[in-house]
Amino acid sequence: MEMPQPDPAILARRERVHARLAGLLPPDALITDPAETRAYECDALTAYRCLPLAVVLPRTTEEVAAVMRACHDEGVKVIPRGAGTSLAGGSLPTPDAVVLGVARMNAVIETDYTNRFIRVQAGRTNLSVTGAVEAEGFFYAPDPSSQLACAIAGNIGMNSGGAHCLKYGVTTNNLLGVTMVTMAGEVVQVGGPFMDAPGLDLLGVICGSEGQLGVVTEAWLRILPKPEGARPVLMGFAANEVAGACVADIIKGGLLPVAIEFMDRPCIVATEAFAKAGYPDCEALLIVEVEGSPAEIDEQLARIKAIAARHDPVAYREAASEDEAKRIWLGRKSAFGAMGQMGDYICLDGTIPVSELAFVLRRIGELTEGYGLRVANVFHAGDGNMHPLIIFNANQPGDLEKAEALGADILKLCVEVGGCLTGEHGVGVEKRDLMSVQFSDDDMEAQLRVKDVFDPGWLLNPAKVFPLYVTASRRAA
Amino acid sequence: MRPVDEAELAGIVRGANAPLILRGGGTRGIGAAVPGEVLETGGLSGVRLYEPGALTLVVGAGTPLAEVEALLAGEGQRLAFDPPDMRGLLGREGVSTIGGVVAVNASGPRRVQAGACRDSLIGVRFVDGTGTVIRNGGRVMKNVTGIDLVKLMAGSHGTLGVITEVAFKVLPAPEAVATLCLAGLEDARAVEAMAAALGSPFDVTGAAHWPGRGTFVRVEGFATSVRYRAGELRRLLARFGAVEEVGAEVWAAVRDVVPFHGLSGDVWRLSVKPSDAPGLVARAGAEAVMYDWGGGLVWLAVAPGVDLRARLGVFQGHATRVRGEGPGAFHPEPAAVAALSAGLRAKFDPRGLFNPGLMQGAA
Repeated sequence: MEMPQPDPAILARRERVHARLAGLLPPDALITDPAETRAYECDALTAYRCLPLAVVLPRTTEEVAAVMRACHDEGVKVIPRGAGTSLAGGSLPTPDAVVLGVARMNAVIETDYTNRFIRVQAGRTNLSVTGAVEAEGFFYAPDPSSQLACAIAGNIGMNSGGAHCLKYGVTTNNLLGVTMVTMAGEVVQVGGPFMDAPGLDLLGVICGSEGQLGVVTEAWLRILPKPEGARPVLMGFAANEVAGACVADIIKGGLLPVAIEFMDRPCIVATEAFAKAGYPDCEALLIVEVEGSPAEIDEQLARIKAIAARHDPVAYREAASEDEAKRIWLGRKSAFGAMGQMGDYICLDGTIPVSELAFVLRRIGELTEGYGLRVANVFHAGDGNMHPLIIFNANQPGDLEKAEALGADILKLCVEVGGCLTGEHGVGVEKRDLMSVQFSDDDMEAQLRVKDVFDPGWLLNPAKVFPLYVTASRRAA
Repeated sequence: MRPVDEAELAGIVRGANAPLILRGGGTRGIGAAVPGEVLETGGLSGVRLYEPGALTLVVGAGTPLAEVEALLAGEGQRLAFDPPDMRGLLGREGVSTIGGVVAVNASGPRRVQAGACRDSLIGVRFVDGTGTVIRNGGRVMKNVTGIDLVKLMAGSHGTLGVITEVAFKVLPAPEAVATLCLAGLEDARAVEAMAAALGSPFDVTGAAHWPGRGTFVRVEGFATSVRYRAGELRRLLARFGAVEEVGAEVWAAVRDVVPFHGLSGDVWRLSVKPSDAPGLVARAGAEAVMYDWGGGLVWLAVAPGVDLRARLGVFQGHATRVRGEGPGAFHPEPAAVAALSAGLRAKFDPRGLFNPGLMQGAA
């Protein structure tokens, strides 16, 4: 992974930058000792690591603003970081950059059940947002699988999704407003506890901008009343094509399940060996979950069963109890753990039109064979968000590069059939160099202009999202 | 000028040296731009792609909204955000286009549950102020690749570019609808009732208060489920008064602001925290009022020329004048936010061609 040459002038002023930051923050909010900054050398994309110039862990918006002003003044780059769970390397440091972590800013500022929102500091973890409101019967809908650890700040940065997006949307559909600090250290409020923007939809641009436009320190989030109940059903099919056709028919049938999860044979075999969830021996498996009162669930599942029957399922299992529901989800939720048992893996995140599902799975199989690697597929089928897991051996020289090359081929395939490189993880450094597959230079130029407005000096997370050649003149200026 | 394709439109923009007034069907634009030559997008029409099994629709921006809705209805689907018809309120003629719907981010009563137009929008193509064609988003409903210009274009009122093509996530139309009505509630009590309904697990898709007519709550879905949820909501709302079931026609009237059609004077829309709405309405001195989105959207009719913002004072949210003369239809933004918006306009439309001045807030 190519990263820009660090700025020697900044490296030479290391001590001075440290001293200046020390004057702005309590002692425990600044880390400069390499033994301690090592904890921030990477995020969940562990293949790439780099020690930053310093790490700051502010507790208030004012402290963030002070740090930003100082860095702006000194010409020092800033890498915003939530909980460091990015799979795309969104918070990978450079040697000449300060990592600004918001994890200590985790307070609930306001909960308002009448108007159905919560206002939190952005370092709060995703799951603990729901934790703060569930006693009153509410929840926060976006549920990335890292939700125990990941921060709202990172969710906003990456516009995170989860398994329940088909019904509830992704972060941008559940975000009402933010308090954000610009690179120049200015504190701005965009949106708020009301439903639409007074002028241009800046909130829509900020969400998913991967920390390139500002550091979000607080957020107003929409909370929803919890449904009365939920129940999954598991079905097995003789071929990926058949399972794909069943997904399309469920959707055309007017049903809107909260989740439709798809696993292919390699994934079923691996998870079965690992978690022993009792999955059927078949080519493709769907887990469909619906919500509502017991009677509403019964009605939806009856319709789903009738649709599935048209596709000759080799297995059909409805959860009759809480325990059976857990067993149905057990394999799916263990899928990543099971892959970890098989070796190292890369988790891709391309999205495709649902109608291309069977074709794409077949092509992935062919490509994988060509590389002599193994791939297991587990993904959110309702919205076409694929998660091919490429298994490789990190200790074998050349294997990572081979896996990355296969990953790039698969993502190009996703774009070719009308999809995109990333559905919920973000571009980060991981997919940066593939952006030109999806976007023309003009398309990217339009996106760079947005950054020009928010961060004219290109100091915020500057070597991410776009191929380096596209941003070179701006970063050098 | 009425180009028939994107290339012709891009050529027109490249050759322009004076302001252009962008227009879809001319049925819902608000605010006042400086005078200029009208550039219509009605020629950029037609369905590019419709896959009911993938809930995906891609259409030319000039396609009439009615055509889009008829196409979807044919497959038992619809636009979730319930776009209003503003012709009656604004006294306009013409054919509303889907591009115009996107340009003003037009969203009806279902916005409270299904999100706004911008939440259903998954892709755009547009021509910027240099005449360059730009594509963002796509045709898949989960897409975080790059900076999201899709949301930015929605609600930009033609001040950043000329939208040429739009892609939506669509949703199944419901099998059944039930509308509950509480009569005679004071505004504050009505907002409480709507909050109780929206805070319940019964998936309310509409909550409106039409003073003098009633407070309305809607559920939609499969028939037995709708019966069940309507029954539960009746019990939940009983503490606010007698609950009766009424026809679904009221929602089109709320969506299109029908109660205001015959009234003269200015019309404002207020976007606020629902529980703040009754207090603000009390300060507004309005001749007519209607609440949608559980109270998060308030329609107000006032005498011509009244500066409603001055009457309301400082509040969380914003007030937009959708009918009436004068500067400042849009709410003024804090200086830092206004500077970012101005910066974006200068980048996307460096020559200031598109609807210049339209979205400028009152000083």
